[in-house]
Amino acid sequence: MSSQLLQLQRRMATAVMEPLTRYESTRKVRRDGVDMASEASEFIKPNISLTSLERLEIYNRQYWFRLYSSLEEDFPGLLAVLGRRTFERVMRCYLDTYPSTSFTLRDLGSKLRMYLSSHEELIGSKGKIALDVASLEWAHIEAYDAATFPAPEPEYFAGITDDSFLRLQPSVRLLELAYPVDDLLISIRQSIGSSDTSSNNASVIRKSSTIRRVGKISSTTLWLAVHRQEFAVYYKRLRLEEYRMLCAIQAGLPLGKVFETAFQGSTMDEASQAELLQEAFHQWAVLGWLCAPE
Amino acid sequence: MPANRFNGFTDYGVGIGLRIPHYQHIFEQKPVVDWFEIISENYMVDGGRPLYILDQILDQYRVVQHGVSLYLGSAERLNREHLRRLKDLVRRTKTPWLTDHLCWGSVDGRYTHDLLPMPYTFEAARVTAEKIRQVQDFLEIPIAVENVSSYAEFHISEMTEWEFLVEVVEQADCGILLDVNNIYVSSRNHGYDALEYVNSIPAERVAQIHIAGHSKFQKYTLDTHDHPVIEPVWQLYNRAIERCGSTATLLEWDDNIPSFEEVHREALKANRFLDQQHESAGLRPIAEVVSQSGAIR
Ligand SMILES: [Fe+2]
Repeated sequence: MSSQLLQLQRRMATAVMEPLTRYESTRKVRRDGVDMASEASEFIKPNISLTSLERLEIYNRQYWFRLYSSLEEDFPGLLAVLGRRTFERVMRCYLDTYPSTSFTLRDLGSKLRMYLSSHEELIGSKGKIALDVASLEWAHIEAYDAATFPAPEPEYFAGITDDSFLRLQPSVRLLELAYPVDDLLISIRQSIGSSDTSSNNASVIRKSSTIRRVGKISSTTLWLAVHRQEFAVYYKRLRLEEYRMLCAIQAGLPLGKVFETAFQGSTMDEASQAELLQEAFHQWAVLGWLCAPE
Repeated sequence: MPANRFNGFTDYGVGIGLRIPHYQHIFEQKPVVDWFEIISENYMVDGGRPLYILDQILDQYRVVQHGVSLYLGSAERLNREHLRRLKDLVRRTKTPWLTDHLCWGSVDGRYTHDLLPMPYTFEAARVTAEKIRQVQDFLEIPIAVENVSSYAEFHISEMTEWEFLVEVVEQADCGILLDVNNIYVSSRNHGYDALEYVNSIPAERVAQIHIAGHSKFQKYTLDTHDHPVIEPVWQLYNRAIERCGSTATLLEWDDNIPSFEEVHREALKANRFLDQQHESAGLRPIAEVVSQSGAIR
């Protein structure tokens, strides 16, 4: 379809999504060399107080303000780690590469971790910590509103064999991290509230939160479950064996394989292994992490 | 005309938008509120707290769904996944009618998350009306489209904004969510007569009315939903009520949100116009009816 409507919308969207200048105004010349004032005047009417470009600028600014504040709200930890200047540069590049393809702003950061890992030059010396924080913050978003399925009936556990399957609740997300960013994020999230999509009102100024300073964090491998209890999201540190088993369950492996994966290369004796298994499955059942296979 | 086929033949009175800062007050104080408007997108999720909160609200209050991302005026096709999620939510809330904006906001699968103004052309009206019909058919409830605040107009427009609105709703055979604040804001930005707009609306199609506050700047007026309703907007509201009869009314307050009581008090100012309308129609004042029946289901 190549209608007049589509052409206009493509033109307007390209202009609206063009990154702002450092001073948060519309660029005079677009990055592809197009003069913005003459471009705007070709499809937007001026009025007595505003030129076509000034009218376009209102939308150009609102677009970036809205998307920045959404990402800032979803990734307060990343903002704290990178500092505002770097955070904003990274977000601008990210949105420029991956504009939103979802009707909901909830999904805006879905490709951020992937983007950062392939653009580590943007995040500098804090790169590895930033990657971990981004992973954890996205897992948090996913755990927050994921579906919950019924737990297996108690009889299911009684009849379980090596060929049986279990499923992990979609609200349980598993992460292997190089830095203990869970503590960092807990303290950051405690100091901020949450909000929701408003009815798309315009903002006079950009909404920015105050940024926490992040001290030095030493590297240590961490296995983490991000999970939901009573509608709140929690982070639980896991033993390596637990992490491996949960990953295997999540991957849809039969329980025989799940157990095998857990103790690969382990020097743990069989009695301790059995004890760990029992303890872990009991805890997961109590936490409601497991659900019956489809 | 308060209850009509575009609002599911309901007579909902004066509601306010359901917002997170008010949750605690609502659950603790259980205030009497005619109805709440929810932003559909906040609840189009698979589970967790949003749906838990919504279910608690639904236990006690009437809820109407208002969307911000259907983009009925986008040239691209409707998003099937979006519609499926919306229908799940419609089943949950039992909203008697559903609203979204007469605007566009996405192109080639890229979303701006803004309510961008339409070019007022016959082609745009036809495309938009066709999409509204598809949404109505899929959701199986009445749809009402809201006029947006705008800051730009396009050279290719072939008619006024209100002529475009009429063209769309008649082709789609759908309702109107008349936002009198948006009319005021756009009239300031584009230099047209707001009253002429209100007078040109097919009154029998108005399912609901929005009122809100805004911010004035030297060169333009911005739809910020962060202030009380100003007198000229109440006057437009009054005229709309004169023409449409007592219509479900909702106050939008989305930024610098004051206490629940303050927002609700501001919304209830609408009753002075609604009551007049009831009296002139020989009906009892709406406040009296609400206090007797109780708005909580
Ligand atoms: Fe509105």
